[in-house]
Amino acid sequence: MFTVCCEAHTTKVSRNANMAKLQAGYLFPEIARRRSAHMLKYPDGQVISLGIGDTTEPIPEVITFGMAKKAHALSTLEGYSGYGAEQGEKQLRAAIASTYYGDLSLEESDIFVSDGAKSDISRLQVMFGSNVTMAVQDPSYPAYVDSSVILGQTGQFQKDVEKYRKIEYMKCNPENGFFPDLSTVSRTDIIFFCSPNNPTGNAATREQLTRLVQFAKDNGSILVYDSAYAMYISDDSPRSIFEIPGAKEVAIEVSSFSKYAGFTGVRLGWTVVPKELLYSDGFPVAKDFNRIVCTTFNGASNISQAGGLACLSPEGLEAMHKVVGFYQENTNIIMETFTSLGFSVYGGKNAPYVWVHFPGQSSWDVFSEILEKTHVVTTPGSGFGPAGDGFIRVSAFGHRGNVLEACKRFKQLYK
Amino acid sequence: MAGVCTRVTRNLNMEKLRNGYLFPEIAMRELEHMKKYPTAKVISLGIGDTTEPIPDVVTSSMANHARRLSTVEGYRGYGAEQGNKALRKAIAETLYGDLPIKDTEIFVSDGSQCDISRLQLLLGSNVTIAVQDPTFPAYIDSSVIIGQTGDFQDETGKYQNIEYMPCRPQNNFFPDLTTTATTDVIFICSPNNPTGHAASRKQLEQLVEFARANGSIIIFDSAYAAYVTDDSPRSIFEIPGAREVAIEISSFSKFAGFTGVRLGWTVVPDELLFSNGFPVIKDFNRIVCTCFNGASSVAQAGGLACLSSDGLMAVQSVVDYYKENAKILGDTFTSLGLDVYGGINAPYAWVHFPGMKSWDVFTELLEKTHIITVPGCGFGPGGEEHIRVSAFGHRECILEASRRLKSLLS
Repeated sequence: MFTVCCEAHTTKVSRNANMAKLQAGYLFPEIARRRSAHMLKYPDGQVISLGIGDTTEPIPEVITFGMAKKAHALSTLEGYSGYGAEQGEKQLRAAIASTYYGDLSLEESDIFVSDGAKSDISRLQVMFGSNVTMAVQDPSYPAYVDSSVILGQTGQFQKDVEKYRKIEYMKCNPENGFFPDLSTVSRTDIIFFCSPNNPTGNAATREQLTRLVQFAKDNGSILVYDSAYAMYISDDSPRSIFEIPGAKEVAIEVSSFSKYAGFTGVRLGWTVVPKELLYSDGFPVAKDFNRIVCTTFNGASNISQAGGLACLSPEGLEAMHKVVGFYQENTNIIMETFTSLGFSVYGGKNAPYVWVHFPGQSSWDVFSEILEKTHVVTTPGSGFGPAGDGFIRVSAFGHRGNVLEACKRFKQLYK
Repeated sequence: MAGVCTRVTRNLNMEKLRNGYLFPEIAMRELEHMKKYPTAKVISLGIGDTTEPIPDVVTSSMANHARRLSTVEGYRGYGAEQGNKALRKAIAETLYGDLPIKDTEIFVSDGSQCDISRLQLLLGSNVTIAVQDPTFPAYIDSSVIIGQTGDFQDETGKYQNIEYMPCRPQNNFFPDLTTTATTDVIFICSPNNPTGHAASRKQLEQLVEFARANGSIIIFDSAYAAYVTDDSPRSIFEIPGAREVAIEISSFSKFAGFTGVRLGWTVVPDELLFSNGFPVIKDFNRIVCTCFNGASSVAQAGGLACLSSDGLMAVQSVVDYYKENAKILGDTFTSLGLDVYGGINAPYAWVHFPGMKSWDVFTELLEKTHIITVPGCGFGPGGEEHIRVSAFGHRECILEASRRLKSLLS
């Protein structure tokens, strides 16, 4: 006689096949895991994090004061507010429109305030649905590809080329100046484009974006333009896709307060959907996005929005520029370090990321070696796509002391 | 407008949606009414929006957290997408007390409306759902958007491929599971929006048994658990066996007045498995890490304060205030000879107007008493002939509303 163990109950619900297509976890939790494991291994290692692009400097007081004030007001009869408009508070939408799109004839009603670009990317994908094709830069911010897989727009992952079927990958490398050769790009419904670019740091020129807009127009495609790093531009590269004539009929722009105001934890961003952007049957995309926002979302936190409004006051804008300037100085220090060590270094000028070339080497191997030998966390380029292999992304967010120390260690390792 | 169209086909699922989402529709009608009667004192018992200030102990905590973000020691960047560990622990210990819910099974969010859509993303388009009828519209609308449903049928007021489970006075506002078809997912909200009914332990035991037998996943919306007055269960996990069949979503919105602050959570037990044995929690974690970036750290600081012993007492007294409102409204309608449901375990009164169309009742009430309510059919065909009256409001507004209703309807 023997006892039989009961088997655990399984439901009869099939796992979503799209989830099964995803390879491993999302990139940045993986980096965080490796960092934690390393810290356990070397408790005295003094790990410096130039991996995940997380802001480190305190938020200027004028901004946090705005948030604290709103929080206190919620305890008063006159100041209490419940549900806000899902599209965002009127004042904030107007301030975003006038500050960033003033001369570009975009209005408050074209702006949808959110809890950040990552959520917006998924909401856009939910809106587009599974029957659209998409193109991404290679390398690119992983959320575009991963959200596409989850929505069912892609086929299986092909391990040999490290690409998902049905996604058009637009290579961006030193040879093509980090701008895709559009003559070799197949038509897709949606084109994700990030400039200044995460991870390469490259900012597209006006001429390049004009060609991109024309390409989208000729193909009847929708451009989803991620401008989260626009404030880091130091030359005259366009800060918004809407600086390009005709862009309103082809583009959506996604942006964020994360890297401008240190709002990575506070959570605030926005998406611009021009009224002129139409589906093939003439239906305005903004109407569907509005429906998505009203049904799958319930507005960004009113306290975060109060912070956003404070960011866009004259004092707030000045304060944000100062913090951005601080990170830009970090970027210069990192760029100089790698350049002086003889590396080919890209990006950095218009973005808080430095893209360092390690020709012929596996980026995960370089990542591991740097981590092991200098206790500095970076991000392996292949985490952003196959064309990222052979590169390391070094993020410039950090206390000055840590950035200087990290650079000292790089110099020792690579001298 | 004349313009250049792209060649991108509109998502067919978006085309399937009927009209606008219910609550912006109500808001629009309120605005129109206020334009028509600029001097009328409109009382809103429509959208379930909290009205009373958040207790100081909670807002001070959020203000302090915000201020600390301006200091070197206090600055925080990205938080864990699943939520702040201390908050996850506090939710597990304070709100799930003796139930074996681990902090790792709790995912903090920016509210249930977002969580519902993230769960739908997780489940994908190839699952079938069942909803109560009437029901909170987001379960249905998110299902349509994700592609789980067929077309809307005007004759029945239902989407094809959704199983609607009637909840009426006759069946004690709980689905008759003997006549319910099997679906992959079953959405149940208890205490219920809009009917106000809190399922009994027996009803939930039957539900869990039904889900186990059919291999279904229950998505249990317990956003109004704090309003339970009697011994109705506050969590699906009070029912043995629920851990292997249920996900629970909840929110600080109606609990702490956080409708604008945005904070909620979802519980996905480790034991919940897809048919191939893969843990649902692993996929939900992936969704949360890929499609979301965590709830605002300021809101989370507020959540933690709500769960301190002072905080709990303070937010509970606001909940009690709304419950008293519900009683006043319930009594008003009862005194007028109308059948009223709910109101005891939820901040909603569900009033029956036999033989009348709910939009007509809505319009008449609005025109004649300047009170906004919600027509029951907005929650599904099973809501017809009913009006949902929400109990959120300043006491004097509730009392004034009662007076106006008594004048009109007596």
